[in-house]
Amino acid sequence: MKALVWHGKEDIRCDTVSDPAIEDPRDAIVKVTSCAICGSDLHLFHNFIPAMLPGDIMGHEMMGEVVEVGSAMNGHLSKGDRVVVPFTIFCGECSQCRRGNFSVCETTNRKKHLADKVFGHATAGLFGYTHLTGGYPGGQAEYLRVPFADKTHIKVPEGIPDEKLLFLGDIFPTGWQAAVQCDIEPSDTVVVWGCGPVGQMAIRSAILLGARQVVGIDCVPERLAMAEAGGAIPVNFEDESVIERLNDLTGGKGPEKCIDATGMESHITIKHPDTVLDRAKQMFMLESDRPHVLREMIYVCRPAGVISIAGVYSGFVDKIPFGMAMNKGLTFRMGQTHVNRWTDELLERIKSEQIDPSFVITHTVGLEDGPEMYNVFRNKQDSCIKVVLKPGFDEVSS
Amino acid sequence: MNFMTQASRIARSESDPRVLKSGRGSLGGADQLARALGWFSIALGVTQVLAAPRYTRALGLRGRESLVRACGAREVGHGVLSLSTQRRAGLWSRVGGDTLDIAALASAMRRDNPKRDNVATALAVVLAITVLDIVAAQTHTARHSRRKTEVRDYSDRSGFPQGLERARDAARNVDLRADIRPTPQSAQVSPAADRTSRAQ
Repeated sequence: MKALVWHGKEDIRCDTVSDPAIEDPRDAIVKVTSCAICGSDLHLFHNFIPAMLPGDIMGHEMMGEVVEVGSAMNGHLSKGDRVVVPFTIFCGECSQCRRGNFSVCETTNRKKHLADKVFGHATAGLFGYTHLTGGYPGGQAEYLRVPFADKTHIKVPEGIPDEKLLFLGDIFPTGWQAAVQCDIEPSDTVVVWGCGPVGQMAIRSAILLGARQVVGIDCVPERLAMAEAGGAIPVNFEDESVIERLNDLTGGKGPEKCIDATGMESHITIKHPDTVLDRAKQMFMLESDRPHVLREMIYVCRPAGVISIAGVYSGFVDKIPFGMAMNKGLTFRMGQTHVNRWTDELLERIKSEQIDPSFVITHTVGLEDGPEMYNVFRNKQDSCIKVVLKPGFDEVSS
Repeated sequence: MNFMTQASRIARSESDPRVLKSGRGSLGGADQLARALGWFSIALGVTQVLAAPRYTRALGLRGRESLVRACGAREVGHGVLSLSTQRRAGLWSRVGGDTLDIAALASAMRRDNPKRDNVATALAVVLAITVLDIVAAQTHTARHSRRKTEVRDYSDRSGFPQGLERARDAARNVDLRADIRPTPQSAQVSPAADRTSRAQ
């Protein structure tokens, strides 16, 4: 089969690989009908996430049709079912899964010994990600083996196009969880740093959860336009001071709720000298992440406010004003998304046409064009915000 | 398929797909040239730092070893930058570095320098590399630049099929269920289940 394979920094290839096979009675094989390139795939593309190996198959946003199942499905999944595959692999039985904390499932990380050493305690297995999270082959491929498939799936009905459902596997629940973590009150101002795909979902989630005003911060005009269309007040940090604008919008008190939808690769600009210093340190392996957004959120957030982190961080961050955070009494909530905790609710909202997540798709191409789309997405060329890959789809139809 | 791809199979399970044949990739010609120049910078820089006296002897610049070492350190910096995700800055910094090298070599083209011929050869080589650097920087910039003039209009993409106001109204009218909280009620395990979990 064809699959997008990681071979090193900025080196993704559309390779021919062997087909996956059932390995465990709880496995299923899914024929992928749609998959997507996620912002966190770019961290892997840039080799900022440790423990990737040449030959790893990329992709953790995918959906398709079940074509083979193991012997222990217990009626949960059958051949022919249409499923979205959540990026977090979970067993549904361990103490974390019973609490709905699926992204820290205690069972599914097959490299637990390695993750225990690096993280203190292992987190769940993830598709198409580092070997610290199991090194499971990802879904930017024609077929995918889904471990613990009796639990790790979201059954979706026929009659709704892939484009509306695909993002249930990651960016929609990720944006939703970021907003839910804010504990939004009707009087709140919610600010979202980064108007990429997750930021767009977080903005819409904050609207659906009843925020008084939502602000979107970015420097890319088309992303800001999309954020504004979704109900956010756009703030271009290249054109104006974020701190001054947020104080203006909140009567000088600062926003109650701040969402980081940027993560470890903050935009580098001379206007924010800390981003240049972070990049230099990152280059010489003195720091793994560029946490400008975290610093700005801690500074601007209203005392007793909430900082919700959806953007991915990989390791060490420097110069975080933690004294400021402590004295202001800020609450930090973060984590990989507990996808299936939210998907029943979100699927209902899609079915009732309250939201249509396909608004974020700007490019649809075949798997063979995937490697080049990593460049286009990373460089923000051709107004690219979200790329959907369709195995077998040849022509660009953006 | 390279050795590392083959060797990484020991970290996978038997049924994980393995690469049979490599296909089209994300690295274009401009990227590969930039990488080659990055590694060349590092190799050249390291030899300049470690073997500065040889350079000064060959170019008739005895006593200026520290200048050569400084150039070497700068060259390593260009290499690191050219191999990073800030490759464009790295390539243009190489062009800047070439200009400094040309100036330094031009100053060594004195009539009283017995190694003038060596300096002329070095100057020719640096000029050729400068041309290559300019071509690499230009092609890389063209391949990876975002054209700010081609901004598409996404102002109609609200994502709310029934409109933004209906979405806001829905939020006002809905009684948010207990599960839509940072710690949902469903996450609170019953005492019996908790005892089981502690026993595990």
